[in-house]
Amino acid sequence: MSLANIRYIFVKELRSFFNSPVAYIVIVVFLVILGWFFTSNLFIANISSLRTVFEMTPFLLLFFAPAITMRLISEEKKTGTLELLMTKPVKESEIIIGKFLAAWVLFFFTLLPTLCYYGTVALLGELDLGPIIGGYLGLMFVGAVFLAISVFGSSMTENQVVAFIVSFLIVFTLFMIDKILFYLPGNLASTFEYISVDYHFSNIARGVIDSRDMIYYISAVGFALFMGTIVLQKRRWV
Amino acid sequence: MSILVNNLSKFYADTRAVDDISFEVHSGEILGFLGPNGAGKTTTMRVITCYLSPSAGTVKVEGRDIQTESLEVRKVVGYLPEQNPLYLDMNVLEYLEYAAQLQGVSNSLIPRRMREMVDVCGLDEMKHKDIGQLSKGYRQRVGLAAAMIHDPKVLILDEPTSGLDPNQIVEIRSLIQSLGKEKTVILSTHILPEVQATCNRVIIINRGKIVADGPIADLQRSLHGGEKIVMEVEVPDGQSFEMVSLQVKTIPAVKTVSLIDESNGVKKFSIETSIAIDVRKALYLLCVEKGWGLLELHREQTSLEEIFRELTTDSEQ
Repeated sequence: MSLANIRYIFVKELRSFFNSPVAYIVIVVFLVILGWFFTSNLFIANISSLRTVFEMTPFLLLFFAPAITMRLISEEKKTGTLELLMTKPVKESEIIIGKFLAAWVLFFFTLLPTLCYYGTVALLGELDLGPIIGGYLGLMFVGAVFLAISVFGSSMTENQVVAFIVSFLIVFTLFMIDKILFYLPGNLASTFEYISVDYHFSNIARGVIDSRDMIYYISAVGFALFMGTIVLQKRRWV
Repeated sequence: MSILVNNLSKFYADTRAVDDISFEVHSGEILGFLGPNGAGKTTTMRVITCYLSPSAGTVKVEGRDIQTESLEVRKVVGYLPEQNPLYLDMNVLEYLEYAAQLQGVSNSLIPRRMREMVDVCGLDEMKHKDIGQLSKGYRQRVGLAAAMIHDPKVLILDEPTSGLDPNQIVEIRSLIQSLGKEKTVILSTHILPEVQATCNRVIIINRGKIVADGPIADLQRSLHGGEKIVMEVEVPDGQSFEMVSLQVKTIPAVKTVSLIDESNGVKKFSIETSIAIDVRKALYLLCVEKGWGLLELHREQTSLEEIFRELTTDSEQ
């Protein structure tokens, strides 16, 4: 795998994110919704805490991740530029990883302004830094999983709407799975709990960085990106 | 040998897009790839450029196998796909840079290659514009520039002049011709004069099979087996077409004589021979002997259109 190729694709995709209005619209909507939850908590409920930020972001990510990634590959399929890309000395995995990283960095920039919530809360009272660092770290990991899955979703179709819906269904399942645990028998429940994105997030958000959670996130991202690579390679088998 | 295609087949589900074709292309050759729509031209090109894998057979480009050494092949091939897909939100220079980077052009060389391509393809005025704002002709040039940015040994162009106006077509053709001196070029088209103007060799493909392969002149000669000659003579009054025709048929090798036009004793014939020998001298001597006034005598070239129509419609029946 060539790091240079990943970087070229990453830079190109990041640039086209910021050249298109879609990214700005999605970011603004994301921040407006999150801001509303934060401020209503602060002023109406009189609670100065970042908990709502960390609780709401994974939920917003369910829509955010498929929305910003849906065009990444499906559009190249539709316009035919994928053919250009695939006939250059570039591997499928490099394309997938470059595009995923661009989406992840966009998510990072989206999350960046929420640091001002931290500033606000820090002015009002004592803050325990551990859960906050853990919370942001956890959000970046959850984001990585959702975005990687959405890149895979985008690789499967040339229709952006279909890409959005497929990606949403997968990430929604992963998100909801630990909310239905009490319907399941005990031994199955622990398996489903392990698959759930939210369960691992709540561990990290408490400020506990456990290798099991890290392994979960890294393997989930790796698996999703691998599947995306396979989908792009499939064209050459048939 | 620059490109070597060996028993290549490609199936899609239950249709055979390409059916057991073999050919080779030498370096410095400009090969025209002709065929009706859906004949398998694009599929063949996509296999050579490593976009699709063959169902059977092998392809070697510059001595490297497209399946086992795919990345190496892609480094020496420049490809302009059908419909010329481009990133419409990038400007021309950004796009050329991106193409150069992905083709593995070293960073120190990229600015120079970009300048050269902008010059060669006449993109100077447009270089800061978004590709989406360019006209079709300029987009085609951008596509060509990107395909050649890494100075590839092999250039594969799928309908490079589609959608261009006549002036642009002439420009692109002469560009291709000048490139063809040092590179191997395969270009597909269904515009026949284009092949005649640019290519040294044509392959005609129909329903996934090669139906003709060779220099245009050879194809023109080989198609009928014999030659076609047009003769216009002034014969004395009272001599009918049948009488003249009988006389002409006394020349060995003449197969058919047909009347094209007749007015005031001037008759125009089309004469076909069964084998490829020149009967013009015999015809001239016949005219002298019979006292006919010979007004015109020339050998008819079979046009590429005729070859194309004959080869690609026969097999459909």
